[in-house]
Amino acid sequence: MFSCTNPDQIEGLNWLVCYLSTAKHMAFYQSFVVVLSLVLITAPLALLFGLMAASASRSAIAVMRWPAKIYIAMVRGVPDIVFFLFVPLALDQGIEYIRHRALCSDQTGSVWQGNDFIVCDIAKMPLSSASAWAHDFYGFMLAVTAYAIVFGAFAGNVLAGAMAAVPHAQLETGSAFGMSRRQVYWRVLFPQMWIYALPGLSNLWVLLIKATPLLFLLGIQDIVYWARELGSAKTSAYTYPHPDWRVWYFLALLIFYLFVTWVSERVFDRLNRRFSRGQAVLMNSQQAGG
Amino acid sequence: MKKVILATVFASMLAMPAMAETIRMGTEGAYPPYNFINDKNEVDGFEREVGDEICARANLDCVWVVNDWDSIIPNLVSGNYDTIIAGMSITAERDEVIDFTQEYFPPSPSMYVGLSGGSVDVNGGVIAAQTGTIQAGHVASSGATLVEFATPDETVAAVRNGEADAVLADGDYLMPIVSESGGELAVVGQVGIGGGIGMGIRESDTALKAKMDTAIASMKSDGTLNTMIKKWFGDDALTF
Repeated sequence: MFSCTNPDQIEGLNWLVCYLSTAKHMAFYQSFVVVLSLVLITAPLALLFGLMAASASRSAIAVMRWPAKIYIAMVRGVPDIVFFLFVPLALDQGIEYIRHRALCSDQTGSVWQGNDFIVCDIAKMPLSSASAWAHDFYGFMLAVTAYAIVFGAFAGNVLAGAMAAVPHAQLETGSAFGMSRRQVYWRVLFPQMWIYALPGLSNLWVLLIKATPLLFLLGIQDIVYWARELGSAKTSAYTYPHPDWRVWYFLALLIFYLFVTWVSERVFDRLNRRFSRGQAVLMNSQQAGG
Repeated sequence: MKKVILATVFASMLAMPAMAETIRMGTEGAYPPYNFINDKNEVDGFEREVGDEICARANLDCVWVVNDWDSIIPNLVSGNYDTIIAGMSITAERDEVIDFTQEYFPPSPSMYVGLSGGSVDVNGGVIAAQTGTIQAGHVASSGATLVEFATPDETVAAVRNGEADAVLADGDYLMPIVSESGGELAVVGQVGIGGGIGMGIRESDTALKAKMDTAIASMKSDGTLNTMIKKWFGDDALTF
């Protein structure tokens, strides 16, 4: 076995093994887990937001319908990056403002002083003295919220389209059998819309994965940040000096992203087959095509 | 009786040595030897050493935070951290938005670095600089074509792959790169721009600014700061 204590005296493969196992590289490997957990947490949340927005946008009650329609139209119309910058900032300052009002009610001055946003120390979220871990986690949760709001609107649009695509005759048949609006929704519309929503949703899933490099805007060190930082040329100020190796790091990211997309494709294929079961419309088209 | 107990508890709490205040230090972590992230994934460099010493003298408990250069000022004013210690030159424009402590690093010249052997027109060619730096401002007003990059490393890479004729950055950042490039890169020009480097602090945070100023002044007067400058920038570096 060899040791990594004197990197300038080792060469070749040993050097590479030591290099790839530095604490910095460990953080790089960890960031893959962070990115994957972000998409895995965000996706169901966004789907929930989308489902609520889509259902509300079909509601007969105007106060339900209009906020949902405005939400979908607004988020789809504004560039993602604007929302990724706006939502976490607004959330963070909103939370701190509320905590400031609640916890430091004795302070009467405005929280905005010139350029500065000042809340009292105990209203900080998280507290200045909190561990780095708490700060990271808080940032991560803000990011999840921002992604869920943005992708929720996209999903809402896809699901609204899917709901409209379920043959109207089926809903009317449901009513003819004496089902209430609610029963028609849950027993006829809801189970059948998925097959129409699936292509759009799988597209969104891939978009979500591709949007993860925006994480660094929110202060989270994601895989693209690390690839750039680790790959950049290093002078001997660093323990492991090397020339510009960004191309290799980005190649690794390319493989990672392609791999995730490949796995996603397979999962969506399976889902597609599953939701097609018992679908008269699709069966016919499959038989005609086959 | 209860009140008496409470009062005693309160008095004893006040008498306890004050807990050190936690200060979050924002830096870029990509500008060696000023600040960089070492292979142990810790902030390292001249400013790490200076910052830790300042905090020790001001009796502050300091935590290091890495932030993109682009958003380093907005995140200070919105309170994500309390200071900027990232090789930031004191300029009038920045001083309108934030405050600076007294300088902890004297004004040092900026350098143009290009491929060795080539001839570079620093006032008419294509010059790379990092976004939001005094060097980018200088290139824009010098008549040369400015290409901006988000990180310092990318500005040097742009020269290496021929995208830019030269890069303009702090000489202290470029010199180690030039000397380790094996003759590939060479200094092609020099210009004195900007003031010294100070620590950025929110304008409303006057108490913190005073503490930092006192600590920096004491490090200047006992020579500690000069020792650190020489350690990181060589014996020829400008000192106080």
